[in-house]
Amino acid sequence: MYDYKWPYPLEYDREEIINADVLVLGGGIAGCMAAIAAARAGQKVLLVEKGATKRSGAGGSGCDHWESAATNPCSKVTPEELTQAMLHDNDGFNNGISHYIECREGYDRLLDIEKMGGKIRDTEDEFVGAEFRDDGTKFMFAYDYENRFTLRIWGTTFKPAMYKELKRLGVNIVDRVMVTSLLTEDGIQGARCVGATGIHTRTGKFYIFNAKSSIICMSRPARIWLFSAELPGLCEFRPPQCIGDGHAMGWRAGAEFTMMEKSVRAEFSAAGRSYPPYGAGNNHNTWYAASIIDSRGKEIPYADRDGNILKDVKDRFRPAKGQKFFMKGGGIDFPKYEIEGPETLPFSKMIEEGYKLPFYADLTDLPEEERKVIWGMMVGQEGKTKVPIYQNYTRQGFDPSKHVLQCYGAGWTSASFLPQERQLFGLPGGFFNDWTLGTNIDGLYVAGDALYASDCYGHAAATGYYAGRHAAKYAKVNELKHWDKKQVEDEKRRVYAPLKNDSERGIGWKELNMAIAKTMQNYCGEIKYDDLLKVGLSRLKEYEENIIPQTFAYNPHELIRLLEVFDILTVSKIIIEASLARKISMKSLCFVRGDSIEDDSSKEKLIVIKQYDGKVVTREVPVNYFGDLKENYEKHNQDYI
Amino acid sequence: MREMPAANPIIYDSSKCIGCNRCMEVCQVDIFIPNPEKGKHPIVAYPGECWYCGCCVMECPVEGAIELRHPLMNKVHWVEKSILMKNNKE
Repeated sequence: MYDYKWPYPLEYDREEIINADVLVLGGGIAGCMAAIAAARAGQKVLLVEKGATKRSGAGGSGCDHWESAATNPCSKVTPEELTQAMLHDNDGFNNGISHYIECREGYDRLLDIEKMGGKIRDTEDEFVGAEFRDDGTKFMFAYDYENRFTLRIWGTTFKPAMYKELKRLGVNIVDRVMVTSLLTEDGIQGARCVGATGIHTRTGKFYIFNAKSSIICMSRPARIWLFSAELPGLCEFRPPQCIGDGHAMGWRAGAEFTMMEKSVRAEFSAAGRSYPPYGAGNNHNTWYAASIIDSRGKEIPYADRDGNILKDVKDRFRPAKGQKFFMKGGGIDFPKYEIEGPETLPFSKMIEEGYKLPFYADLTDLPEEERKVIWGMMVGQEGKTKVPIYQNYTRQGFDPSKHVLQCYGAGWTSASFLPQERQLFGLPGGFFNDWTLGTNIDGLYVAGDALYASDCYGHAAATGYYAGRHAAKYAKVNELKHWDKKQVEDEKRRVYAPLKNDSERGIGWKELNMAIAKTMQNYCGEIKYDDLLKVGLSRLKEYEENIIPQTFAYNPHELIRLLEVFDILTVSKIIIEASLARKISMKSLCFVRGDSIEDDSSKEKLIVIKQYDGKVVTREVPVNYFGDLKENYEKHNQDYI
Repeated sequence: MREMPAANPIIYDSSKCIGCNRCMEVCQVDIFIPNPEKGKHPIVAYPGECWYCGCCVMECPVEGAIELRHPLMNKVHWVEKSILMKNNKE
């Protein structure tokens, strides 16, 4: 606890107005690529980012692999095959449009990023001759070495390269501003989006952004069930300021959402329950296919999908007999048989067979290029591993040819969470989109993690660029509409209110976040019941009506943290409303009801939910609402093809 | 009065830091504030909010001026494989 004077000038209530053709909300991977696309289409682009665009967002510090680059010259899988596999793997509960865009355009974006200065090839010839390397293109592949659709990348170089490109293109970048609301025509909920409001995270200044079209490129929600007042930065996998502001302001503006009832038992990164991601023993993702040994040094074998033990390390990178391809990477927890890849024996079986705990990840006996590509390239490039894991462990004496790293959970989680400790992870809910990545709100587009069933770097980059193109197209044929004065004044009152409350009796952002998380664990935990969900909802409404008016913030930094928690509260309400609307247990949505009804008419339907005039409105949409992937993609993208 | 935080994510080497504030400007969570004393390293005003991404270290122009340290509870253990094998024989 320090007693320093706030170091920045306080500019509460001061107002700045900025106009643009295309407004990009959020400067992560999706936001940067959206702004680049719109600027290349000749539009005047404004990008607003809460942190610092150079390194902001979940992928700002790095990334080690790029999934679904189906159109790269070495790939043996088509975009259609890959998207269909992703849809099938989730019984249809996946975003066919956005993942088809990822499969179809992801490789184009990689080449784009390379031109900007990002490293995507082994240009130093460090891995010449390795089985995962194509010596012609110098591309390095991960997981399925035969089908070659996932590339290993030097992701720590990507974000600064995008930042440079934004500047080169003349994009107006406004850093350190939290976007707080969407502005709609005449202030009417559900009407055309005409811009947004924001507040400076250091000075508290108020911003009005006025644009022809807007793109939400903000994160998926977080800190709904998980919170630690001491270590809020370690609560979730994604950065602490990425908590789903976009979802909350979209809901208030009348945008449609889907799959918001889906949550999973937390996997990692909550303070206290887990170890640094990819920094403890595991054999998934960054660490695939490390050997796993027990505490006597005995190796736990890998098996293919049929249970055949794989004797050779090389077999860990090949599809099983009769299998076209397998998938690994983010969000593949319990894969379907068709795409199931090699895996160490299930945890229960290991114990049954007498393997002794704890287990360790062991790179010592791997072929040298496999060891070097995991400990070195992958661990050196993944999001939060370069400095705290690769550099620090090396400095402390970790030698991958000698040491083995302890596992703390079964598989890739490195954690032990309780059932009610949940996360929006593994293709969670988000904005409902059409083939332009547009929403039900005219002029409002969505990309990256804000979309429903989103995941991974390539998905963010590909959908960002795509939404940027379509938002630019919209801006070219639509006039700039003025914002509604009353809507702005109401928002100003809302965001500054906590500053005027009583500090002595005040409730801070941490206290409120903790209360919301406890409420969600109690009333909207692993198993849902109508009765409990309804009580949970009324608790949240009580917070909204009685507690928010008592909240207090000492400075602009605390104020934006508090506004984030207001957004967390809104998102929690969406989750409970969506859970109430889904009456049956659904394995594909990790949704369990203790009072599931017999009727399964909604089984293959997405529940699409929005708010209108203070009421919740739901409708059901078939999971395959997007129609034929190739045909519809081509219909909407003639100018790109 | 001061209180020890639950974690101390950023440790500066004052003899190496040149006080350029680049770490502060690149931090997406904005956990730092500038030092009131010009030329000195930034103050970690919100240590609990650190995401442990390491961008401050990557941005730092002087090697070794910043150390990023996970809280003690996140310390992962490793051991020499030969020691495990030896234990097994015993």
